[in-house]
Amino acid sequence: MANENKANKQPLPTLSAADFAPVDINQHESEVIKRESLTAWRDTWERLRSNKIAMGGLVVLVLIVIGAIIGPLIAQWVHGYNYKSNDLSATNQPPSSLHWFGTDDLGRDMFVRTWMGARISLIIGLAAALIDLLIGVIYGGIMGYFGGRVDTIMNKFSEILYAIPYLLVTILLLVVLKPSLGTIILALTITGWINMSWIVRGEIMKLKNREYVLASRSMGAGTGRLLFRHLLPNASGPIIVTLTLSVPNAIFAESFLSFLGLGVQAPISSLGSMVENALTGWMFFPWRMLFPALLISIIMLAFNLLGDGLRDALDPSLKNK
Amino acid sequence: MGVQTGKNLIEVEGLKKYFNVGKGKVLKAVDNLNFYIREGETLGMVGESGCGKSTAGRTILRLYEPTAGSVRFNGTDIYKLSPGKMKAMRRDMQMIFQDPYASLNPRFTVSDIIGEALDIHNMAGSKGERKKRIEELLDLVGLNTDHATRYPHEFSGGQRQRIGIARALAVNPKFIICDEPISALDVSIQAQVVNLLQELQERLGLTYLFIAHDLSMVKHISDRVAVMYLGKMVELATSEELYSNPVHPYTKSLLSAIPVPDPEVESQRKRILMTAEGGGPIRSADEQTEDTAMVEVSPGHWVATPY
Repeated sequence: MANENKANKQPLPTLSAADFAPVDINQHESEVIKRESLTAWRDTWERLRSNKIAMGGLVVLVLIVIGAIIGPLIAQWVHGYNYKSNDLSATNQPPSSLHWFGTDDLGRDMFVRTWMGARISLIIGLAAALIDLLIGVIYGGIMGYFGGRVDTIMNKFSEILYAIPYLLVTILLLVVLKPSLGTIILALTITGWINMSWIVRGEIMKLKNREYVLASRSMGAGTGRLLFRHLLPNASGPIIVTLTLSVPNAIFAESFLSFLGLGVQAPISSLGSMVENALTGWMFFPWRMLFPALLISIIMLAFNLLGDGLRDALDPSLKNK
Repeated sequence: MGVQTGKNLIEVEGLKKYFNVGKGKVLKAVDNLNFYIREGETLGMVGESGCGKSTAGRTILRLYEPTAGSVRFNGTDIYKLSPGKMKAMRRDMQMIFQDPYASLNPRFTVSDIIGEALDIHNMAGSKGERKKRIEELLDLVGLNTDHATRYPHEFSGGQRQRIGIARALAVNPKFIICDEPISALDVSIQAQVVNLLQELQERLGLTYLFIAHDLSMVKHISDRVAVMYLGKMVELATSEELYSNPVHPYTKSLLSAIPVPDPEVESQRKRILMTAEGGGPIRSADEQTEDTAMVEVSPGHWVATPY
């Protein structure tokens, strides 16, 4: 106090008792919370929105999805051709006003085929990620919730499955089964869910001993309520991040398999199969490789940026670590 | 201290809870507990960190399955109940948790937290009834009813603990285990919460098992006090008797650690140190520890022998 007085050299104003008025203590008023009530999801959205890079990723993704939906329709409407129609008198054309991305070796329009490819790649990526999510959450949830021997056996099984080279399994599967959209999704998910199950297992194990879970058990809550009302909603952050980051992995794996010739079969195109197709003449017709390759890269980058942003938004304490 | 009818509400007999810690060793967290709690009474349970107080509380509520022993609530052995009957029994026995920051689900609103028990036991017929009951409970613990739509992170520690108390009261329980309900709170808030607990006990005729390591607070709130040491009960007496006339050396040592709010007396206070014997509660699985017998040294004052 003495120090404060020295530092503050202004003379104190003279005060009289009349200058003071009693303050009514109003319990009701003093306990009012002024801040707007935000749900956990609103909070996350606000944090994500302030992250410019992640929002950039999100906007690019939305544009690509829109492109994949309406891109082929526009070309059909403007020029009247679809992804199968070819014009053998106009093969390997460079980009022009008639063929915005050029044409390929069979005279098919690259603009339509690139967006069709993006459509297929996105469908495969999303479907594989959602199946991973479903299997991973169920399998990981059982491991984490029950623990003990159940956990040991199930975890050993997934470790063994993980130890088999995944490319080998996938290629063998695609050789045995006829390559199609369904087979590729199956091949990608046969080991793809393991990572998700480990994430879920770790989260559930961490959360199941929290006191709020014990409190719910002490009130008589059953397994279903504990899992779906308490454990999984609180584990949703890491689950969403893993989901977002597993989409580009699936897209990349599909492109890779298509590049090897094991992907979707003609006349359907995916981005990977178009790059493979372009390999024969890429020195002379670089646009045939440029557009699909560029789109794969942009999709991958956008998902990864969004995923990183989501991770920060869902768990701010992880940032800068 | 509430209205006592003299009837035993809770009877704990030979309660044991061992944890397997691997390599053939077990942790005897709770080893042969025997006590009763009369209706309307507060039994304090004290002991150092890790002595098995919380494990005892959770085992009594059957959040952990016991290794041996029985807990009778109004004469019914709760460990023999089927899951359906146990669920119904949970309406009578509730718990208030230690850490008000960990005991409330961060994704639930206050009304979800308090209303969860109502939903589980279908105690609210309609939405309006549920809302009315939640507001009633918030009012009962001294919280603003406008706060029902808020999330736990918007409240202070004391307010959160009141939410936890309201949650425990939602099912109209007869018996509440207070597992160190004040140790995570500021001293000024501790008094408020303890006073609230005592007030609720009188109004609702509750029976408490009050677990704590704050000896002065336990003396203040409890009718009788049990002292635990390494998973066993070493002494049990009325709080007056225990604090003025401790018999077991561990109790004496524990009581000698209470600071006295008088500098002159405090400077004279001597700590009685105790050298632990027997090497702690982790034992090999097949090793038999002799069950200590409790001897009544004066009416209602029980001490574990040998000491």
